[in-house]
Amino acid sequence: MREVAVIGAGMNRWGELWEKSHREIWTEAALEAIDDAGVDHVEAMYVGCMSGGLFMGQEHLGALLADQLGMGPIPGTRVESACASGGLAFRQAYLAVASGAHDIVLATGLEKMTDVDGGMATYALSTAADQEYECYQGITFPGLYAMMARAHMERYGTTRRQLAEVAVKNHLHGSMNALAQFPMKVTAEQVEGSVMVADPIRILDCSPITDGAAAAVLVPLETAKKMRVDPLIRVAASAHATDRIALHERDDLCWLASTAKAAESAYQQAGVGPTDLSFCEVHDCFTIAEVMVIEALGLVDRGRGGSAAEGGFTALDGRVPVNPSGGLKSKGHPVGATGLAQIREVVHQLRRSCGDRQVKDARLGLTQNMGGTGASTVVHVFERM
Amino acid sequence: MIGSARYWREVPQRYRYEAAKCVKCGEVFFPPRLVCNGCGGREFTKQTLEPNGSVETFTIIQVAPTGFEDQAPYAVGVIKLDDGVKLTAQIVDCDPESLAVGDRVRLEFRRVQQDGESGILCYGYKFVPVAK
Repeated sequence: MREVAVIGAGMNRWGELWEKSHREIWTEAALEAIDDAGVDHVEAMYVGCMSGGLFMGQEHLGALLADQLGMGPIPGTRVESACASGGLAFRQAYLAVASGAHDIVLATGLEKMTDVDGGMATYALSTAADQEYECYQGITFPGLYAMMARAHMERYGTTRRQLAEVAVKNHLHGSMNALAQFPMKVTAEQVEGSVMVADPIRILDCSPITDGAAAAVLVPLETAKKMRVDPLIRVAASAHATDRIALHERDDLCWLASTAKAAESAYQQAGVGPTDLSFCEVHDCFTIAEVMVIEALGLVDRGRGGSAAEGGFTALDGRVPVNPSGGLKSKGHPVGATGLAQIREVVHQLRRSCGDRQVKDARLGLTQNMGGTGASTVVHVFERM
Repeated sequence: MIGSARYWREVPQRYRYEAAKCVKCGEVFFPPRLVCNGCGGREFTKQTLEPNGSVETFTIIQVAPTGFEDQAPYAVGVIKLDDGVKLTAQIVDCDPESLAVGDRVRLEFRRVQQDGESGILCYGYKFVPVAK
């Protein structure tokens, strides 16, 4: 396997982009990554998209979007792993370069979610859970995470306020990100007073419905060196693991086994541990998700995720800043694009070009992108060389 | 959204609570599988779910998905049955606000959705609290 570098990244302003089609949204992000890399072509393209069929009535996105690039009949592959589709698309691009199959590959993520109404969007998202044995009973995605939150609160004493502090932190970070969908700051009181969706999850515990895309360009590390890319950003690890899709089938409702497994593999590949990380971009689709993810990544002890945001451990100036971009919570969550947007943030943090939200001395960044209630996780580690 | 062939196919689980017990290690799976997730065994015997269990966690759905709007607010929980099987299901015939983790519940046959898009009345299992 060859060593791989990321030499370009792109993302547009996220939000309810009613005036733009998915083609425009995707192509803008793709071209930004290609221009950022300073290359004139790519040999292959991967696109992570959770549900083009349900959100847009459009499948066959590999071909449709590859054609938009104007780079000839290159292979275009659509990758799906629910909300982890973007991370998995990047991993496929990584494997294509590492294996020697291609020398310059574009990894992208896309979701156009606002062409359908709220009921349809909720249904489309729910297909990431077990349709026959979870959704049939009337459970929703916020409902599934609410059940994880209650289990965590019961067992570890995690408080309602601690969940709110995750949203407060991520909106504070997002307020410094010009591309974020909801860059406003929120208070813990506002979170705790917002509309109840599925007890104990309130609307300000949830990531939003978003249109958006993000992209990155990968080449062999040796090629990046010859191109005199500075700073060099190496993919130090790429890992993927799965778990049972239905929450109720898992032995421990408070533990994200797929994240723990992917992280273990990633740390081994990179030869690092959680204490070596400069910062992380993690999948905070709900506030409780960030609490459980940082436990599974080993940033805090099992059961201690609740106090991390409250105590400032995961703040921009904390021991391990988590979601300096604002996370899914503030930046937005166009599901298939999220994994690539996390990587785009890491690239900019490692280049130290993030302005007010720059993590000090950023050298080693981790991304964790998760599908459903954690039935799939993709973890990457990036190193500034 | 539930087509008639799919609904018919799921009847053994929804109406008769049919699970599969691994001949080799004894683990019970609901729905049945072709391979035991615990030991890799491929031989199973049919077994009916135990009707009694405990609430492992739950939520109260305020914003309901399509087809459940009329029922909100309603409780949905993860129930651990006494045979070790865990399920997601509604917990009904109670004040949802009075529920607690650990509460004992019993499985009952109920109508789950008012009306599928294909006109099928959708039945299945729900749980009701057992007097403390």
